[in-house]
Amino acid sequence: MEIFGIPVQALMGQLLIGLINGSFYALLSLGLAVIFGLLNIINFAHGAFYMMGAFGAYLLLNKLGLNYWWALLVSPIAIGAIGVLIERTMLSRLYQLDHLYGLLLTFGLALILQGLFRNEFGSSGLPYAIPPQLQGGQNLGFMFLPNYRAWVIVASLVVCLTTWFVIEHTRLGGYLRAATENPQLVQAFGINVPRMITLTFGFGVGLAALAGVMAAPIYQVGPLMGADLIIVVFAVVVIGGMGSIMGSIVTGFGLGLVEGLTKVFYPEASTTVIFIIMTIVLLIRPAGLFGAQK
Amino acid sequence: MKRKLLCSLIAGLGLGLGGLAHAEISGGVVKVGVLSDMSGPYADLSGPGSVVAAKMAVEDYLKATGSKLKIEIVSADHQNKPDVGSSITRKWIDSEGVDMILDVPTSSVMLAVAQVVKDKNSIMVNSTGGSSDMTGKACTPNTVHWTYDTWMLAHGTGSAVVKSGGDSWFFLTADYAFGHALEKDTSEVVKANGGKVLGSVKVPLGTTDFSSFLLQAQSSKAKIVGLANAGNDTINSIKQASEFGLVAGGQKMAGLLVFLSDIHGLGLQTAQGLNLTETFYWDLNDGTRAWSKRFGALHGGKMPTMVQAGVYAGLLHYLKAVDAIQEDKDGAKVVAEMKKLPTDDPLFGKGEIRVDGRKIHPAYLFEVKTPAESKYPWDYYKLVQTIPADQAFRPLKDGGCPLVK
Repeated sequence: MEIFGIPVQALMGQLLIGLINGSFYALLSLGLAVIFGLLNIINFAHGAFYMMGAFGAYLLLNKLGLNYWWALLVSPIAIGAIGVLIERTMLSRLYQLDHLYGLLLTFGLALILQGLFRNEFGSSGLPYAIPPQLQGGQNLGFMFLPNYRAWVIVASLVVCLTTWFVIEHTRLGGYLRAATENPQLVQAFGINVPRMITLTFGFGVGLAALAGVMAAPIYQVGPLMGADLIIVVFAVVVIGGMGSIMGSIVTGFGLGLVEGLTKVFYPEASTTVIFIIMTIVLLIRPAGLFGAQK
Repeated sequence: MKRKLLCSLIAGLGLGLGGLAHAEISGGVVKVGVLSDMSGPYADLSGPGSVVAAKMAVEDYLKATGSKLKIEIVSADHQNKPDVGSSITRKWIDSEGVDMILDVPTSSVMLAVAQVVKDKNSIMVNSTGGSSDMTGKACTPNTVHWTYDTWMLAHGTGSAVVKSGGDSWFFLTADYAFGHALEKDTSEVVKANGGKVLGSVKVPLGTTDFSSFLLQAQSSKAKIVGLANAGNDTINSIKQASEFGLVAGGQKMAGLLVFLSDIHGLGLQTAQGLNLTETFYWDLNDGTRAWSKRFGALHGGKMPTMVQAGVYAGLLHYLKAVDAIQEDKDGAKVVAEMKKLPTDDPLFGKGEIRVDGRKIHPAYLFEVKTPAESKYPWDYYKLVQTIPADQAFRPLKDGGCPLVK
């Protein structure tokens, strides 16, 4: 059986791969959406934090002998702590100003961080092996699915849905959302709003670092790995609706699929297709697919 | 207005004097400019390591010959942009007394700099640029192309792989001029040797995930997956091919442009079994080993790539030519002398520079070792076949270089 000249089996494989890439988009755009939704900061340094997460895994393995599973825990916490430091010392001074200032600051930070890592580690990147427990793969009949990729889909889905649940359906999430609507009022109830915002930023950064650790065995751990991805991820966030948590998860996975199909039918367009969709969505629904129209 | 007049007067005077000047070392110093990618994707394979190689060449030359030449090295980052490369070249030649441009990765920058160098009758000895047009339709009397080119890569890897049984190919091609050219050249070689091309996929530049394309390569059932790409694209496609079990499933990867630094970045676990062609490998013989260990000592323990070796050998030969005619200003004249003198250095052996500017030496087909075969640091390649110098590069008559009569 064939669809447009492509055997169904091959197509199934491509859809699955699209889903895997989508899980990275979802994980990264989730962090961006959390930060934008709750802090109103357009975090251009997100790609750099993702890159640092991957380097964190590399350094933990090669300097301290801590394996992948430790890195999954330690690297996001460490990079998240750096995020907290940056929020306290720099970003917190910009909340009263225009969005553009936050954008400029984070963009500059991203360039500096990438430059520092390039200076130290070179440009061709460093190898990071797939953890032994996840090596090999399953023959699904229609494709060979590496175990590691299957793990990435599952892990990313769990993290995304947990985050969504916490923010939309728990008391803590309620405080967070209330604090973005009206910080003075929430503060009046005795809640430490600045601390909550700082921790939220740290959490968003930690999510980026987590995606970085998960990406380390698939891509080369290199200083520019985040810069390659961040533009696409921004498109995902815009299509999903800036600040919408569920929007960014659904569009992340959805666009991964669309991109995967483009790679089969017209590979030359596979890096542009997301931006074409972004343009169309912005023309029809300027607030994004899941964004609230204001 | 007056000042402008004065300026042009002085400039005119300079031109007139320049015309009168006879053979000499300009400014008493031979100034060499290493123009490279100092911070981008090619910085590891050329970049700062090329500067180290150039410094070694100067030191070795002065020690070996006892020459009285005063030699100075400067370097700059062209950021892989043709406009940046040409303007640095202009500034160097016009106001900083640079006599020769060395290294210059990235084909587009190489071709742009070649034009400037020709207009100003200076010299470029190119080691890292790839396009074989440099000694074809774009050849100039002011340029020497030292280490490798796309024709050599396609023929070296292509024909050797087909002859060893890899007679069906699928290409992963970077979707821009360099990738297309490499795919076209290699396809021709594959077909000429009795193999067939089952298909290809054009991958946009900046793609990070190759799994979808690898799956297409896998379902093509081709014995060989040819990588017509470079730098990080090559690294990522090899890494992910190993993840998706292409090599384990019996397919082989053929990297059409792979450098030692790429293999170092990948690690042997991932890169093993890869076929590739280079013109220099540090562990080839006693001469290359001795030189490479000295290089490593000056460059953080890293072994040199073939293009860094080419920077060394190219500069050495240039200095011989300058010393022979005691002249560094008339670029075309120095290049003519370089073509007249036979080349001889510990890294590439004995060779020659053809009238079209092509440096001729043997090329080697290597296979990347398995982790078990690798006995010491940087022990990465085993030699599969030596391609003799007279077959490694495109025949003189086929290039279409106007200098060939």
